[in-house]
Amino acid sequence: MPDERKKILEVHHLKQYFNVGKKDEVRAVDDVSFDIYEGETFGLVGESGSGKTTAGRSIIHLYEPTDGQIIFNGKDVSKLHTKAEMHEFRREIQMIFQDPYASLNPRMKVKDIVAEGIDIHNLAKDDADRTKQVEDLLETVGLNKDHSSRYPHEFSGGQRQRIGIARALAVEPKFIIADEPISALDVSIQAQVVNLMKELQEKQGLTYLFIAHDLSMVKYISDRIGVMHYGKILEIGPADEVYTHPLHAYTKSLISAVPVPDPEFERNRKQVVYDASREHDDKQRRMVEIAPGHFVRASEDEIPMYTKRAQEAGLVTDFPHN
Amino acid sequence: MENPENVIEVRNLQIDFHTYAGEVKAIRDVSFDLRKGETLAIVGESGSGKSVTTRSLMGLLAPNAVIKNGSIMFHGEDIIKKSEKEMQHIRGKDIAMIFQDPMTSLDPTMRIGMQIAEPLMKHKGLKKKEAIAQALEMLKLVGITNPEGRINDYPYQFSGGMRQRIVIAIALVCYPEVLIADEPTTALDVTIQAQILDLMKDLQNRIDTSIIFITHDLGVVAGMADRVAVMYAGKIVEYGTVDEIFFNPQHPYTWGLLNSMPTLDTEGGSLTAIPGTPPDLLDPPVGDAFAARSDYAMKIDTEKEPPFFKVSDTHYAATWLLHPDAPKVTPPAEIVRRQKKFAAMEKPEPPIKKETKE
Repeated sequence: MPDERKKILEVHHLKQYFNVGKKDEVRAVDDVSFDIYEGETFGLVGESGSGKTTAGRSIIHLYEPTDGQIIFNGKDVSKLHTKAEMHEFRREIQMIFQDPYASLNPRMKVKDIVAEGIDIHNLAKDDADRTKQVEDLLETVGLNKDHSSRYPHEFSGGQRQRIGIARALAVEPKFIIADEPISALDVSIQAQVVNLMKELQEKQGLTYLFIAHDLSMVKYISDRIGVMHYGKILEIGPADEVYTHPLHAYTKSLISAVPVPDPEFERNRKQVVYDASREHDDKQRRMVEIAPGHFVRASEDEIPMYTKRAQEAGLVTDFPHN
Repeated sequence: MENPENVIEVRNLQIDFHTYAGEVKAIRDVSFDLRKGETLAIVGESGSGKSVTTRSLMGLLAPNAVIKNGSIMFHGEDIIKKSEKEMQHIRGKDIAMIFQDPMTSLDPTMRIGMQIAEPLMKHKGLKKKEAIAQALEMLKLVGITNPEGRINDYPYQFSGGMRQRIVIAIALVCYPEVLIADEPTTALDVTIQAQILDLMKDLQNRIDTSIIFITHDLGVVAGMADRVAVMYAGKIVEYGTVDEIFFNPQHPYTWGLLNSMPTLDTEGGSLTAIPGTPPDLLDPPVGDAFAARSDYAMKIDTEKEPPFFKVSDTHYAATWLLHPDAPKVTPPAEIVRRQKKFAAMEKPEPPIKKETKE
């Protein structure tokens, strides 16, 4: 089934190494490839140290990638050399951060935090226009305009995250990287922020890269999910499919560890333990499309096993390998 | 003690904090029991008072806190009336605590073996050599690989999950009667969290500790707790067995909490968030504090505080909806689904943990 949708972001063989050539070289992101289609939410999940945050930061070009290609809207990001090009790129991609306390400057008023992007990109005609834009943005994220002259410490965690979202929206981006945007929030507030993000996506046609470790929330907000482990993506597929019929053993173990608010389920929980050593057998592995749109990182001799799993799960009847 | 099975009895606890803005009424008349060998989960949002409640059990309240009223009975004595010196004999020995952040609750300049041995030397009067030997046993018990080789390492040499195991080792080394775990796994990854929770359950069985487990993660509560108390705005609004709270909740706040989480069955559409934010406890609202955020609020909720209504011998909820004169309401669909399950439920079997290796 060829996908007709437009790819807004293509990541090809991205490698992000730190301390290259030294004894303590870290391969934080190691040969990662994925595409994100316009208007969708792509969830990137993994444990701490899996490289999911680094991948996000490489995409927005906060790091210079060691190798690989990042193509945003048809343009190769690493070839954006002039300041003006970089400027335009940074306007189109914005980021929402995990910690709503650390990501807002405590000495700036909300209106100046939200308007920082507007100022940098000269998006306001005059002061009155700037004020109006800020007030509209605050309203969009469910705050009110009286809040604009307050400081971050006067807000709760959920409200601060709304300010962070307003700041990201201020430059009218196409693509937002949300790095664990709800992990620091209370359960009841998490739902508020997730609902707000979904609503904004519908209204403004945004595309999200949603980075998180909370699989139940990622599954809920994402159209597709990529699972990262030790710098590599092990499985990519439609969110529901990955969650209900994971093919890779690591994805299974990750899902089996998610606590479910159901005591009956918890009493019968079967925890699957993943043995990472089986990845270190010097076999060549690549992403193989096991079921339509569902990729698993596999070696040649593992393909039949994954195909069998997919068949048993009813994901595929007769699907040719590429 | 009213009930010989109780290890701790908290009665009518009321705690204020003096701040520059006025008196914050953080704990407003909280009573609960902790039974021998059980895990009691206290759930609620930040600011609901769950951490303050447990800090008062440890005598670790901030200097601007004032205990206005109430008692905390432990071994027939009121902890509130104890001096700091007396508390030092209880803390770490009879009542121990695990904090949320394993990065900051260890001393970065002290070898971990010594940190585990310290309570033994202080409380049990062990010599250093004996204490270190026991610390080694404890490291084995909490599943640190190669304990002999690592006992002289410093905290920075361990990962987050391993550090939390060390924190647990310190807390349990004196075999405390009561363990207070304040969000012990919130900072950890899910797979590591699952390991730590298993470890806590296993150790609880071995040394017969009663656990007070504080968390906002209802998934963790479902797996850990025997009983659950739901706190909101400085009060307990509902308490019962874990099945009663998850499958037959009565308070609209408990409904809202359960409803705002995606479950295995949640499909697209939007999550049902609880609107608004918790009230400011400088000036707590009259009546049911949750009324302003509740779709089910009635006129009386803004006038008079609801008492606890009995649902079963073990299950109580403070909501006017349970008053005989209250109109019948239909809870959110997710809650109705849960209540149907409750009606069909048989007596739960004891928890069995299964592991399959892949």
